[in-house]
Parts: sequence; C-alpha cells; structure tokens
Amino acid sequence: MPFIEVADGVFVRYGVQEEMSAANRGAIANIGFIVGDESVAVIDTGTTRQQGLALREAVASVTSRPVSHLIATHVHPDHCFGHAAFSDLPVRSLGHRNLPRALAERGPFYLEQLAEISPDFSDTAYLAPQETVSDTMRIDLGNRPLLLKAWPPAHTDNDLTIFDERAGLLWAADLLFAGRLPTLDGSLTGWLAALEILRPPGVRVVVPGHGPVSDGVAALQQERAYLTRLRDGVRAAIEEGLDISATLARMENDNQLDWLLFDTNHGRNVVAAYTELEWE
Amino acid sequence: MPQQRKAETFCLHPIAIAVLATVLIISRAPIALADDDSWQDIRASLYGNDRVIHDGEGVITLDAPNRALDAATVPISVTAEIEQTEERYIRAVTLVIDENPAPVVGTFHLFPGNGIANLSTRVRINAYTNVRAIAETSDGELYMAQKFVKASGGCSAPASKDHDLAMARLGKMRLKQIGAWRKDEPAQGQFMISHPNYSGMQVDQVTQLWIPARYVRSIELTLGEKPILRFEGDISMSENPTVRFFVRPDAEAELHAKVIDSDEQTFEQSWPIELDPAS
Repeated sequence: MPFIEVADGVFVRYGVQEEMSAANRGAIANIGFIVGDESVAVIDTGTTRQQGLALREAVASVTSRPVSHLIATHVHPDHCFGHAAFSDLPVRSLGHRNLPRALAERGPFYLEQLAEISPDFSDTAYLAPQETVSDTMRIDLGNRPLLLKAWPPAHTDNDLTIFDERAGLLWAADLLFAGRLPTLDGSLTGWLAALEILRPPGVRVVVPGHGPVSDGVAALQQERAYLTRLRDGVRAAIEEGLDISATLARMENDNQLDWLLFDTNHGRNVVAAYTELEWE
Repeated sequence: MPQQRKAETFCLHPIAIAVLATVLIISRAPIALADDDSWQDIRASLYGNDRVIHDGEGVITLDAPNRALDAATVPISVTAEIEQTEERYIRAVTLVIDENPAPVVGTFHLFPGNGIANLSTRVRINAYTNVRAIAETSDGELYMAQKFVKASGGCSAPASKDHDLAMARLGKMRLKQIGAWRKDEPAQGQFMISHPNYSGMQVDQVTQLWIPARYVRSIELTLGEKPILRFEGDISMSENPTVRFFVRPDAEAELHAKVIDSDEQTFEQSWPIELDPAS
C-alpha cells in the first residue's frame, strides 16, 4: 500500500475499510508520518511488525532526516502494534497517560487475537510509550511544531490527537471515523463532548483513523449524528425499561447513513452504550 | 461425531447407562443424549449422577443470542412457564456455561413471593459453548433448558472501557423499578452493582502479573422481611453484575440489598419501594 502526501510533508497510508484479516494483512487503519526541517514524527505504525517496517522504508524513501518521535494514538492493535519495527532507533516514543495501563491490560489479549488471524502476525509485539501526555505536549520537528493532546475517555480511554500548525492539519486518529462505522470502546458521552471541540477554527485538513482525508466537516457531522442517535436511542430504551436484548432488537437495523461495517460493529456499540448509560 | 461420543460415554461411565436409561424413560426429550463430556463432569459435581434432569419444556425456557456481540457482556434470560405458588414453585435456577474456565455462573434462589420466576442477567462467555439453565422446583425435581452460543474471549477480555470511572464507582448499587409496581401483582425490578468482577484471567497494568480474581460472591435481596432473591456466584458474571427479577409486593416496604465479594467486602443499601395506588 502506498504512502500518499495529503499535505506538504504529511504522508498517509490508507487502511482498507474492512475487518482485520490475513488477506488484508491487518492494514485497516490510517498510519503515516510528518516530515519537519530536521526530523520525522511517525504517527501510528499499523498492526504488525511488517507494517511498521514498511512505514520505516517509506520514510527513508522520502527523506534522509531521522525519525525522532514515535507516536501512538491509542491502544488498538490496528494502530500501534507495528511500533517494534522502530525499537532499535533512538526515538522518543509518546502516548496518552493511560496508554501504558491499557497496553498492559489488553496487549496480551490482542496478540492472541492477532496470532489467530494469521501466523504472519505472530512475531508482532507491543511497546509501551517511554513518555506520556497528560494534557497537551508540544514537540518540534524543526520549523514544524506539533501539538499533542490527550483526551478524556472518548473512542477509548487513551486517545491522543496531533495538530500540525504548519499544514493546519489535525491527525484525529480514531476520534474520527469516515465512512466506516465508529466503534465505541471508551465513553459515548465523552466522545460526543470531544467532538464539540475536536476541530477548532484554523483546521484545514483532518486525517481520520479510518477513511479518506478531508477538511473533516462532513465526516464529523456524520459521526456526531450516529453517536447522538445511538445515545438518544439507548437512553430512551433504558428509560422505558428495555433490557439489552430488547434494545438491540429495536436498534439493530438502524443504519441511517450507509456506514461500512455497520452489521459487524453496530450491535456491539449498542451494548457498550447501554452498559455506560444505564449508570447515568 | 455425536454418535461416537455417546459410545465413549457408555464405555467410560457405567453408572451413566442407568441414568441415561432412566432419563430416556421419564423425560419427553432425552437431552442427556446430546450432551458432551464437559457437561457430564459439571452435572456430576452439581447434582451427582443419580438425580434425573427433565427437559425444561413447560417449566423454563432460556434465551441467549446465537452469537455474542460482546463476549464479556452476553445477555441471557430465563423465563418461567409455571407460576410461583406456595404449592409448587421454582426455588433455584442455576446457570452453567459448559466451556468456561469456571462453568457454573451461579445459583439464584427464588421464592413464592416472586410471583414469576423470570430472571435475566449478563455473563462472560469464553468459547463456543452450550449455555444451560437448570431449574429446581419446590418438589425437588430438576428441569433444564439449553442453548448453544458462539462467543470467544469473554473471560480474559479486559472489560473496563473507562478504567478510572469503573474503579471510582466500585460498590455503588442501584435498584430500578421497571414499569409500575402495584400491590399483590408481580412487578419487575433490576438490581445493579458496580464491581469489576475480576475473573483472575486479566493482567495488572503495572506489575504485568495476573490480577487475582475478585468477584461478587453473593447477592441477597429482601423486601421488608421477605427474601426475594439470593444469588451465589462466580467469575462468569459480567463486570458490574446485574439481575432482573420479579417480586409481588404486598405492602410498601424497603427493598434491601446485601452484596459480599470474594474479598469479604460487604456492600449494603436500601430503597423505599413505590407502589402505584390500586386502580
């Protein structure tokens, strides 16, 4: 899969809009890198060591500047399980303050799942970040400052976004799904709150965790519409005394915007929303 | 092959032949024929080999999804097809997940005062498995309903989506009255407790060592002086254990919950029950 320059010095490899499989080699998320005047920041590395290595080669094919920062946007294996391909380099490895905990809790489970999908994935390992971001952190690649922001629980409880001032580009990662149905693994109400401030004025380009790069306006509206409808539908069901099964039966076919992978993920989102909102 | 497995059962467990023969004669559908090795062991540990388990038809049914959407949170419900009367009632419902590391989810003890012995809860399911509900009626007979569920990883999966919130909320309880409750009519309630219900199969964030199991061991609900529900359980219950049940209130009273977890920590709370005026 090629790396495409989506803005000056910003390269993205698009993930396919599918579930992880041996055939797609787990390459389902958007990953890439940003090139500064002195060095390069890698943002997510994909699912496997092989994807991480391919990314490393892509950097080398574009610039001779060294990779200085290795950023994980969150714990999910399609985003940061290629990090091991950079373990021999003197890079600053960065993630959300909750990422080490999330990796420790979930890492072994994810590795098992990956090994089941394909034996090709069996040499994959995960690496905890050396430095964590509690609120925001500014790094500089040489005339290219990046602002890292750690979010309260939203898509997961360890979401990190990157704002590149020079390109007016927000790397939203999985806080924004475009085309593919968002998956809830953090907090529904937290995610909706995050969307209110995710795209401040001045952002011209948004890189979602899945789906095409754009100005982000339409994709953000669609995601907000889905999550709002999910919240309101589940809240109403809980209010009426429906249990999880009855709530699923009522909501399972409600694909308003022709989301990709709706059938695979929507039911699980309903369950996640229910178990969160019943404690409101 | 089921046929082959049945033959093995006969060879290995001579006592089972007698049991099987009895079951064949007494029950309408000889469910023991469809059973696998896991269940034979679980059955023996729960009920011994000499108690007959009838097909649940006409007594209980079990509802569970064919395929779990979230293996750590699989909703299952048991519907009673007989009334709870003083003369005959379902006094216990035991849930079993054959292929789980701890197959016995637990036992719910019920009473005539429930009115209806329906129950629903959420469980973890670790592999493709039969799920079973075995009802014991007040005359000591056993009835079983079962369903095959496709799921995997529910016991080892780290369930907490928002870890900080889950820990901050530990021990908090809720009681929900579902619909209007009226005097002397069966009414549905939901009891919830926020508790991680650690399965002992999850890894600690700092030490990388297995987190020891810490789970809700018992739940006791009483309305006024009357027992409504008593649950004794294990690690197969989902995080934040919850149960829906029925009760037939005969007066305004307080509903009291007492929960003990495997660390011997006790959580207690009472809620005043609101009854709609009789129409």
